[in-house]
Amino acid sequence: MYVAVKGGERAILNSHKLVAEERRGDPALAELDVRQIVEQFRLAVDRVMTEGSVYDPELAALALKQAQGDAVEAIFLLRAYRTTLPRFAVSRPIETRRMAVRRRVSAAYKDVPGGQVLGPTYDYTHRLLDFALAAEGGVGAPEADLAEETLPDAMPPVLDILDGENLIEREFADREGESVFDLTRESLSFPAGRDQRLQNLARGDEGFVLGLAYSTTRGYGGSHPFVGEVRLGETAVEITPEELGFSIEIGDITVTECQMINQFKGTAEKPAQFTRGYGLSFGHGERKAMSMALVDRAMRCRELGEDALYPAQDEEFVLSHSDNIEAVGFVTHFKLPHYVDFQAELELVRRLRAEHATRVGRDGELREAAE
Amino acid sequence: MSGARESGYNFAYLDEQTKRMIRRTLLKALAAPGYQAPFGGREMPLAYGWGTGGIQVTASVIGPEDVLKVIDQGADDTTNAVSIRRFFQLVADVETTEATEKATVIQTRHRIPEAPLEEGQIIVYQVPQPEPLRHLEPREVETRKMHAYAEYGLMQVRLYEDIARYGHIATTYDYPVMVNGRYLMAPSPIPKFDNPKMQDNPAIQLFGAGREKRIYAIPPYTSVRSLDFEDHPFRTQSWDQRCALCDADDSYLDEVITDDRGGRMFVCSDTDYCARRRANGHVGAQGAIDPVGEKTDALSGDAQ
Amino acid sequence: MSAAASMRTRAPLMQARSVTRSYGGNIGCRDVSFTLYPGEVIGIVGESGSGKSTLLACLSGRLEPDSGVISYDMRGRGFVDIQTLSEPERRMLMRTDWGMVHQNPRDGLRMAVSAGGNVGERLMAVGARHYGDIRGEAQNWLAKVEIDLERIDDKPRTFSGGMQQRLQIARNLVTTPRLVFMDEPTGGLDVSVQARLLDLLRGLVRELGIAVIVVTHDLAVVRLLADRLMVMRRGEVVEHGLTDQVLDDPHHPYTQLLVSSVLQA
Repeated sequence: MYVAVKGGERAILNSHKLVAEERRGDPALAELDVRQIVEQFRLAVDRVMTEGSVYDPELAALALKQAQGDAVEAIFLLRAYRTTLPRFAVSRPIETRRMAVRRRVSAAYKDVPGGQVLGPTYDYTHRLLDFALAAEGGVGAPEADLAEETLPDAMPPVLDILDGENLIEREFADREGESVFDLTRESLSFPAGRDQRLQNLARGDEGFVLGLAYSTTRGYGGSHPFVGEVRLGETAVEITPEELGFSIEIGDITVTECQMINQFKGTAEKPAQFTRGYGLSFGHGERKAMSMALVDRAMRCRELGEDALYPAQDEEFVLSHSDNIEAVGFVTHFKLPHYVDFQAELELVRRLRAEHATRVGRDGELREAAE
Repeated sequence: MSGARESGYNFAYLDEQTKRMIRRTLLKALAAPGYQAPFGGREMPLAYGWGTGGIQVTASVIGPEDVLKVIDQGADDTTNAVSIRRFFQLVADVETTEATEKATVIQTRHRIPEAPLEEGQIIVYQVPQPEPLRHLEPREVETRKMHAYAEYGLMQVRLYEDIARYGHIATTYDYPVMVNGRYLMAPSPIPKFDNPKMQDNPAIQLFGAGREKRIYAIPPYTSVRSLDFEDHPFRTQSWDQRCALCDADDSYLDEVITDDRGGRMFVCSDTDYCARRRANGHVGAQGAIDPVGEKTDALSGDAQ
Repeated sequence: MSAAASMRTRAPLMQARSVTRSYGGNIGCRDVSFTLYPGEVIGIVGESGSGKSTLLACLSGRLEPDSGVISYDMRGRGFVDIQTLSEPERRMLMRTDWGMVHQNPRDGLRMAVSAGGNVGERLMAVGARHYGDIRGEAQNWLAKVEIDLERIDDKPRTFSGGMQQRLQIARNLVTTPRLVFMDEPTGGLDVSVQARLLDLLRGLVRELGIAVIVVTHDLAVVRLLADRLMVMRRGEVVEHGLTDQVLDDPHHPYTQLLVSSVLQA
């Protein structure tokens, strides 16, 4: 006596309700406000915007709230939403040299024009749990001291200093006017141009890109990097509407940029010169920008005539596996029912075992006969 | 189209530009049967690997007059099938059905319905890995060349190795096929039992791989040959048992564990086919009584 | 005199004219010309960095020369400049009428595929679809290269270095190519294993009438295998001629040095 189950639909609806209940947690406690997440979980918001490929702190915060703080799930929500957005314009390349800098450090020079600006960073905090944050009444409204003079309006990139001596390769020509690869509209194609690689890394999973970057510095890629510069600040986004014919500012975004310096031994035609790796993230994302810059440089091995021996140098490997939404979907899809295929494999394994038993039995009889 | 309007999204979720792009890719795919055409796959509100390719293809070909059937593992009531059907009810507001012959568009994962398809129908397969050569050659640059130059010796080597080792070909699902005598194609993870149904099928067969951003297709009445050797011809699975519910001996059977003492039964994987046979009076060994209220969760794996 | 001399009346199989290839400012090979006849074995010797591997890569179509012409007498088409071949044509040539024996068997074998599958691959690549026939042919070739037939379903990684190299040869010869390129075919093998392999190679090449271009730093290899010899130094051919002549009566000081260093060792 057997009845196949119906009611998948009810189960799904109930599952949604359970999620909603768990998301809310104890209703005796105040519910999180999206604006609180924007203000107080800013680094999580920044990561979701970067990998979700949408610069919108409130939407990213909403996604984080909906996903119970799960960054990858929140990124997924933002990406799916992004699909439905119309595309009004393509911006001009942002000018990070005109950024309103809040933090800017170089590891290559002790001092640089414009100065080293430490800004907000966890770098020199001691990682001690601060129980004051858990205390009743909270921390009030902390305020940092102001510097005696304001920072200069524009800070020249540190790499320009090297560029003046031709010690570092020229920045790639501005590709405005040429069509830039668009990863959100075209499928990956190999060999990939640097535009495709950088877009992929920018959206790539922070942990994956970090791990690859780490590997290049541990012998799996021969990277000997210097942080030419990491800068954080606000920069204007401009578009050029066709009907106007000139560009207009549509707003400011916060970005973190990393210019990594790497050695290059030169070839018979080219003298030795430093080379660049580039990283950029929305918001404050130094870990991501630095990792991206290292992996970008590692993947440039082919154009620089270096051997591609390690995972981080293998663009097919890196680009095909960096996207966490693709990776998560595929890895978790194995929990979907596979019983049709499993049945096919069951039948095969049973048959192979039966054939094996027959073979062994026959060999045994032969042996006995021989004895 | 009230559902679509209520949901705040365009009909069938995708914007019309994207649909046009996908339809152009579909035409290209139909023109070169079995060829994997790259397309600008979009991020969908369902996870990659869960049918995003199939959903994008369905969204691009479906119209308000269409009747949609969604199956997973051959069944209309498995959670993922229910979830995808709900998605289209929400964003496209189309009529849905479980009856194979009533559907104009059938989206499927892992099965081809037992009832023969007809002219005018479209079957959309969800494809997790469109590249039949991927496990033999991980590099896209190389596999594209192998397809371009029709260098398929390596796939034959894999089958050779099976025979050398097991005495027969040991691939049971996603069994590679040659389409129109030209392109090697992954039929998606359908059991090889279903492979012969692809041959000369009157319906349009479309394949969508969302994560890998590839679309391929088989036009109606096209040759689809399963790879084999002359002296080791292709063979499908067969069972000693019949369906315990409808007594069918010609359908793909699921094995259902009925207790923890090795008890098991075999039932049609195609729920519509099975139900129809029972409605027509066919009764299997355990199909006589049909009391309501008892459930066996093993079939759909639903959470309660 | 060797077999080569009697073949002079036949049409050439491959002709190289002024083949030059450099890497940046570094010379790979410069202005190399020669003619290869069917069934003839040409040895290219020189130390590492002499350009012999660059030359071999150009001749086998894996590297494009900066200048010069390499033409090959393709079956049914006559002489063709190999650089004008499309990629699929070149790949087809590589798995039918040409063979390539690498120094490292890992570069020339599929280590995860059985010995039988390795030999059968070329047959299947050109359309063989009868399992029994493919297997029969694989057995036939394993026997020819003296590999125990019981090992036909074993993977090459369980083979010794010498066996792997013999398997690589069988895998190449199964489609009866007319030209085989060999890159240090005995490199990395023990001396006794080398001798056996060379003996086998010589027998097969003579029996099947295959032309061979073999690159090596080992004069013993060319003495045993090659009809003619080209000595390379810094990218250029400094001396060429019949093998015995060059080795017994070297003219160029560099060749004299090479020959005497072997004698001393």
